[in-house]
Amino acid sequence: MVMQELNLLSTLSVAENIFLDRLPQRAGFICQQQLMRMAVEALQRVGLSDLLPSTIVGTLGMGVRQLLEIAAALARRCQVLILDEPTAALTQREVDLLFSNIRRLQADGVGILYISHRMDEIRSIASRVSVLRDGACVAQYPTGDVNPNQFIRDMSGGESTFVLPRVKQKKFRSTVLTVEKLCVGVRIREVSFSLMSGEILGLAGLVGSGRTLTLRALFGAVRATSGSVTVGEGASGLFTHPSQAVAAGMGMVPEDRRHDALLLSQSVRVNATLSTLPIHSKRGWLNVHSERHSANRLCDRLKIACKTPEQTVDELSGGNQQKVSLGRWLERSCEVLLCDEPTRGVDAASKASIHNLLRNVAAEGTGVLVVSSELSELFSLCDRILVMSNGRMTGDFTADNWSEEVIHAAAFKGLSTAQRESVT
Amino acid sequence: MKILKDHGDTVGILAVWILLVLLFGVLSDHFLSANTLTTLAGRIPALTVIAAGMTLVLIVGGIDLSVGSVLGLSSAVLGLLMVDWKVPLVISAPIAIVVGMLAGTVNGLFTVGLRIPSFLVTLGMLEICRGAAYLVTRSQTKYIGASVEPLASMLPGTTFPISFFLSVGVVVGLQVLLEKTILGRHIVAIGTNEHAVRLAGIDPRPAKILVFLVCGTCAGVGSLFHCARLGSADPNAGSGMELAAIAAVVIGGTSLLGGRGSVIKTFIGVLIVATLEAGLAQIGASEPLKRVVTGAVIIAAVSVDVFRRRCIGENV
Repeated sequence: MVMQELNLLSTLSVAENIFLDRLPQRAGFICQQQLMRMAVEALQRVGLSDLLPSTIVGTLGMGVRQLLEIAAALARRCQVLILDEPTAALTQREVDLLFSNIRRLQADGVGILYISHRMDEIRSIASRVSVLRDGACVAQYPTGDVNPNQFIRDMSGGESTFVLPRVKQKKFRSTVLTVEKLCVGVRIREVSFSLMSGEILGLAGLVGSGRTLTLRALFGAVRATSGSVTVGEGASGLFTHPSQAVAAGMGMVPEDRRHDALLLSQSVRVNATLSTLPIHSKRGWLNVHSERHSANRLCDRLKIACKTPEQTVDELSGGNQQKVSLGRWLERSCEVLLCDEPTRGVDAASKASIHNLLRNVAAEGTGVLVVSSELSELFSLCDRILVMSNGRMTGDFTADNWSEEVIHAAAFKGLSTAQRESVT
Repeated sequence: MKILKDHGDTVGILAVWILLVLLFGVLSDHFLSANTLTTLAGRIPALTVIAAGMTLVLIVGGIDLSVGSVLGLSSAVLGLLMVDWKVPLVISAPIAIVVGMLAGTVNGLFTVGLRIPSFLVTLGMLEICRGAAYLVTRSQTKYIGASVEPLASMLPGTTFPISFFLSVGVVVGLQVLLEKTILGRHIVAIGTNEHAVRLAGIDPRPAKILVFLVCGTCAGVGSLFHCARLGSADPNAGSGMELAAIAAVVIGGTSLLGGRGSVIKTFIGVLIVATLEAGLAQIGASEPLKRVVTGAVIIAAVSVDVFRRRCIGENV
């Protein structure tokens, strides 16, 4: 089984994670050589042939981790394989590789249950589809017979929530974020760009190209080595702690919401007001009434499906959790909002409402920076798309001149020929 | 019914204490008397304040093993000042409290500044303070006598000592801090997911240091209550008390993993520990047997708490 939320032990090596439940043994000791050999084989199957099996998982990015989970599942001789949103953090090339693996397993007679909200994936891989809504199975049919709109109607219960029109050419007033020659060791090299008020700026690139790291360095969550960041009219410099970035008017929605954003065992209210406690208090004394009020308003506005705002967040679905993580910043009127994979592991309806929300936030004058591995998401959401490759900025496109082709080309630009060959 | 719904855990643990009292009442003829209550109230103030401070440390996701020794050092300083240097209580008491505060601050600074697990820092502090307590008193018990005893005297019109009311005041104060202030919310949030708190734009470090400072201060206050009850300052005072405090906190349902807990429930935990102690003594149980039973009660209390939470579907 491959879970939507990752289940790897970050202090162990890649090889140990893949074969955790059946480490090759000799007289009770782990046989390292055999383990490494098996791991190399398993990694090749998911196209990670350049990853050392002895690498510690904690040092890897989310996309690579997801591939590892898949590698672990594939390496198991199973009869039924359950994949829950396996492609959430993968790029198109990695998805293609996964699909060829799935087809191979299918030919070997393995039954595969593939859970996804990406319609095109389901159409290309599944032979039969069941649609679930609110805990019940509402429809079932062979994939060949239906068009995607049918799915969406079934999922949303009649009304289509999938209309995502792109707002045409806006006028931008002022620059809210200027980044100049940002460097983080050798991993991010001289990244410069600017973000206007009201603009939604996409950041595309392969997994591991440095998109997440750039965001974290801007926000002060990772120490940048050099460069400067300017928010609004503020002084330029580098933030050394996220609290400084937030004070300057930034907000960040991290990629891994369970680990980096949410207090899982706390209520929706506590999570929603975490960054705005000073608004709900007087001289350090909390006003729980005002907090409740604000949490209720947020649940209404974002349509967060919870019984009451006192419900704990880990009982909510991924989409609703993501809305809470995003909602935290809405009452602060941030100048800059950084979103890392804002719709990873989120259902179609939540995805649409998160997109609409980001548009509204931008319309109110916030500059929004969105990292996403889904190009279609960036195309429908963004005014401009930047592309990163190997820690450098390699492309800057607007709606007039972007296409999947040019963005892919830019995403591979920073790689040396040798690297390029190992990837393709 | 609403009270039962909102404060189910508090009612539950209070019921355990009442059952315990009734049980000893049945087992012993003399247990259910005003006298027992007075003895109990006289004995628990030191443990109460220490466990209250410990609750905050556990909620923030740390642990403080040094509180017993800090109590010992504060007592030793108090004894030195009052006996050898003849400093009056009104001056030496604040100094003893400041000693505890300093020890707590050092714990906090090392834990937070160097990111060393608090278990290790406070383990070191445990040794340092105990050693320092012996050095300060030249390993001798200082008999302070009547000048320190006012704290342990009965509050006029009641049969409970002043120290008892003061310790309850500390419990209520810290509970209010936890529930009603931004600082308290930050403490709970840090204990739940420090990483997320940082990325939400809150610097968790000041709150964490402050929690250790408060815990050390509580140990300093505890030393006053301890010396007042005995009329003397013993460099050995409070040895093993960190474990009794952690036991009381855990019986009160505070999670050792952080993020969840209540000072009020810790107080009931202290009552349970002290009642067991007093009750077992009264039915004539030997010291070793008392320890066996107390240990069993700790495990039972925590098991019941975990079981109940699983039943209502919480992730533990």
